[in-house]
Amino acid sequence: MNRIWTLITKEARDGYRNRWVVMITLVMTGLALTLSLLGSAPTGTTSVSPLAVTVVSLSSLSIFFIPLIALLLAYDSVVGEAERGTLILLLTHPVSRTEVILGKFIGHLFLLTVAIVIGYGVAGAAIAFTGEDGFADQEWESFLRLLLSSTLLGAIFLSIGYVISTWVTERGTAAAVAIGIWLFFVLLYDMGLLALLASDGGNMIDGTVVKWVMLLNPTDSYRMFNLTSSNATALLSGMAGLSADHRASDASLILIMLSWVVVPLAAACAIFKRRQL
Amino acid sequence: MQENSNIELISVSKDYGKTKAVDNIDLMVSPGECLALVGHNGAGKSTLIKMILGLVHPTRGTVRVMGHDPLASSFNRVRGRIGFLPEQMLFQNNMTGRETLEFYSSLKGVSLAGIDDLFRRVDLIQAADDRISTYSKGMRQRLGIAQALIGTPELLILDEPTSGLDPASRQNVYSIINEAKNAGATVLISSHALTELDSRIDRVAILNRGKLVALGTIADLRRNIGLPSQIKIHAPASAMERLTQHFGDKCLINGVAQLSCPVDEKVTFLKEVMDLNIPLTDIEVDDPTLEQVFLAYAQKHEQDEKLSGGLDHE
Repeated sequence: MNRIWTLITKEARDGYRNRWVVMITLVMTGLALTLSLLGSAPTGTTSVSPLAVTVVSLSSLSIFFIPLIALLLAYDSVVGEAERGTLILLLTHPVSRTEVILGKFIGHLFLLTVAIVIGYGVAGAAIAFTGEDGFADQEWESFLRLLLSSTLLGAIFLSIGYVISTWVTERGTAAAVAIGIWLFFVLLYDMGLLALLASDGGNMIDGTVVKWVMLLNPTDSYRMFNLTSSNATALLSGMAGLSADHRASDASLILIMLSWVVVPLAAACAIFKRRQL
Repeated sequence: MQENSNIELISVSKDYGKTKAVDNIDLMVSPGECLALVGHNGAGKSTLIKMILGLVHPTRGTVRVMGHDPLASSFNRVRGRIGFLPEQMLFQNNMTGRETLEFYSSLKGVSLAGIDDLFRRVDLIQAADDRISTYSKGMRQRLGIAQALIGTPELLILDEPTSGLDPASRQNVYSIINEAKNAGATVLISSHALTELDSRIDRVAILNRGKLVALGTIADLRRNIGLPSQIKIHAPASAMERLTQHFGDKCLINGVAQLSCPVDEKVTFLKEVMDLNIPLTDIEVDDPTLEQVFLAYAQKHEQDEKLSGGLDHE
């Protein structure tokens, strides 16, 4: 247990020393503040809570940004240490390879969580305090869901990043694969699905099938989880028209996202165990 | 459980595709012994070390380290008793030397109290709290050695420990090895050149293309390969004639008589020269260097391979 703790603190300190935390926290805060302050302008005097607007804008931002940051943190973790030669030394110590992966995962997740909580928290607080509504009347539940699910989204792409990092033998390849994975999940998947639906004309393919195919993509699960989190966010994001059977329950969305953390992480451990040094 | 040898290799081979990185090696190293693995780059030293550390699976054969199988998950308990210096390693530049040693000490479950002593042992105490990015190549190497000494290991494996070190630091490395040996540890070092070795090494194993071509003390190896001592005699032209009469015309090269004789017959040979009673200006005596001994073993091995290869084709 102590050994995992040693690995976790080292990753966290590395992130701090490399200015990673500072950088991503600043970027997240900057983007979040910009989006939320600009985004709240058009609501004017409508009855919509400005925090709900913020949740909708921030979740759209997260879908692009958080997977990218997570992949950038993770892709280098094993293959980079292998190239520097520190991996061999690390593995001659009394730590198992599973512990190495878990230590990196927890350390990196901590960094991401700090950035998300600070970045989005500052934006949320700014909106809440500048709004006309009372502090307690805000959509805090939606906001909390945003923080939690954003962390989960980060965890998912960290896990995927470790699969890449344990699999490939060169850093350059790992970086290329990471960008490819990001493009696939964030852009291409939805575009492909949209193209499919457009060509189909909405007749042949069953709606529920489309829904589940879409939710297999963790970023879409994340989107659905946040945009339908309350009437206000659903209304704002155009999700209000969805009939009940087009929504997925929170439980199933969380289950999908959790399996996207656990399965790739287990796969990364298994691949790492068979990796020859 | 018998623990006569800290390292025990029985018919160990490792193939990478068709290449035999390590080919059927038997080797035992006892507690209190220092063995040097010597060979060219790619001779199989690093692969052998990785198999001993349980990082690489042998294709065939048995590896036992301190009586345990390095690939078993229970080997983790043994790992705390092993110190290792990798051949090429870039410590993280953004950490200080002290943080680095603290990290590896905690991983080994060793108290952090001994860290200052380690820094003193490798003459790095002044730089202990500096970032590694400010370290020179030699300082990094010494930090690596300090790292290997964490927790006074019973098995010390040093891959190219003297690379990048000045002569004083190199001597210090050998005195560190000697201390570990005297405390009963097994020390395994690897080197690409015999000339780097010190007399404090007990035995040398010469590897060539994955095969163990020689094993013994430096003196044994020197004797067994039968390389002669080279003797150069400078003398006036008139005296040279008498020398060539005695030793044959061939020995005269560029006006210098170049002769050779078996290493342990130098004294009789020189007496023979002196007995000729000719005026000599100078005599140079060169014993075969360790480098030449090493090359001779490697070449001998390649010739043997060719011979047996030729027989196979018939």
